Amino acid sequence: MMNKINDRSRNLGDYSVGADDAMIICRCEEITKGDIRQAVHAGMFTLTEIRRYLRTGMGLCQGQTCGRLIKGIVARELGVSPLDLEPAVSRAPMRPIEMKVLGNER
Amino acid sequence: MKNNADIIIIGSGVIGNAAAYYLAKKGCSVIVLEKSESIGNGGSSRNGGGVRQSGRDKRELPLAMYGIKNIWPTLSEELDMDVEYYQQGNLRLGKTEAHRNILSGLTKNAADGGLNVRMIDGEEARAICPYLSEEVTGASWCPTDGHANPMLTTLAYYRKARQLGVRFITGEGVQEIRKIRGKARQVVTQNAVYEGETIILAAGYESREIASQLGIDIPMTQALLEVLVTEALPPMFYQMLGTAAADFYGHQSTHGSFVFGGSSGFEGVNRDNGTPTTASITASCICRGIMKYFPMLEEAKIVRSWAGWMDVCADMVPVISPVEEVPGLIIAAAFSGHGFGIAPTVGLLLSEMATAKTTTLDLSAFRYDRFKAKI
Ligand SMILES: Cc1cc2nc3c(=O)[nH]c(=O)nc-3n(C[C@H](O)[C@H](O)[C@H](O)COP(=O)(O)OP(=O)(O)OC[C@H]3O[C@@H](n4cnc5c(N)ncnc54)[C@H](O)[C@@H]3O)c2cc1C
Repeated sequence: MMNKINDRSRNLGDYSVGADDAMIICRCEEITKGDIRQAVHAGMFTLTEIRRYLRTGMGLCQGQTCGRLIKGIVARELGVSPLDLEPAVSRAPMRPIEMKVLGNER
Repeated sequence: MKNNADIIIIGSGVIGNAAAYYLAKKGCSVIVLEKSESIGNGGSSRNGGGVRQSGRDKRELPLAMYGIKNIWPTLSEELDMDVEYYQQGNLRLGKTEAHRNILSGLTKNAADGGLNVRMIDGEEARAICPYLSEEVTGASWCPTDGHANPMLTTLAYYRKARQLGVRFITGEGVQEIRKIRGKARQVVTQNAVYEGETIILAAGYESREIASQLGIDIPMTQALLEVLVTEALPPMFYQMLGTAAADFYGHQSTHGSFVFGGSSGFEGVNRDNGTPTTASITASCICRGIMKYFPMLEEAKIVRSWAGWMDVCADMVPVISPVEEVPGLIIAAAFSGHGFGIAPTVGLLLSEMATAKTTTLDLSAFRYDRFKAKI
């Protein structure tokens, strides 16, 4: 897949505080809508960058609950369609697994 | 928007981003071109976060020591963002006599280079980190080593450089550097041609392909490593850890999770489809390594794992060098799996190399033309 060209200096307009900015979006890591919107204004334009910057979707549920919500918030802040945003990569293991179980040889 | 700048940087890894920041601070105009859709999506966001001096090649030691003394301690303040830097020492652990011999050798080299590092016994290691198993019978101890969060460091340099006016463009893979009147000047992508007085090539392994079109070959290969991360656990210890046997390395992060890196030994023959992918056997193997040293972690849950590529140079240290045959071109690549800890120093030195005649530290050991056949 060809990556889309994305100029990080384009003007998103000023950040204005939203009425529901305090709403928690990622419950595992307790990240609010305002945190996510501000991250976009700080230059985090992809879901992968947002995740690395804020830890959204890096908690125990691995983004299964908040993934779609975050996509919507980021897309709106950037003024693009959610369909234009690549989801962040899912990582193994699919469920948290204890070291002694994962490390079991057979 | 204009496609010219004083400096064009190819690659937005931690090296490219740090160079961009220090150049912007000097008042240069900078454009950074990144092939991936995301900033810092290469090794820079995938590494183990070690900010070490111990265990370094002696050529690299001055770079590591300079950064740990002068840049890392205040980096979070400088970049207005917490990069989660901890300076609580590095323990490289051993269980057997053979391990202790390896550690003594490394320790002697580093101490000869002026570093405060020494051998300690198992008891002293457990006094520093009480969670270590009785199997640990010796360690090397460097109290000024540490770790930081690589994703945040890479993004912090990006964010601050962007605030200072650096133009970053992602999804913009560079195909070619073109010379004009004998000097590197144009950077060509699928979409556009960019022009700069100086071009810094910091595209990791892919720097080889781009440089080779100008007749410069950097002898390097790609090698994969994996990393896994646990759920958040209560704070336990903040030393950076490694082992003589290279079973694993890692640390606990601010978040509470442990980040551990390692390999299975099959990396050279793994199948991949051109992306760094985890193999099913590796995380298990790393877990077995960890539990021998830290039995109390056996119930820690692994929540995520990933893989990353290192750009490994033939002699295991990077190329950080202007290119005589191609004036205007600077190469910064082949960091060989230990470029994160020295990235702030390297970024600073690159900004000097691009704007002045001299650099704060001597970089002649990192020249692009140092490679000679064995006979
Ligand atoms: C698993 C792992 C663990 C590691 N652990 C440590 C550690 O504990 N301590 C330490 O110091 N180091 C560690 N390293 C090494 C460290 O991550 C790297 O040395 C460092 O990140 C190199 O930074 P870079 O900017 O040179 O490379 P990269 O981060 O790879 O950046 C190069 C960038 O160039 C881009 N690019 C490639 N081709 C093109 C093109 N044609 N046009 C435009 N852009 C292009 C890439 O997409 C990439 O973003 C580790 C590495 C790995 C993989």
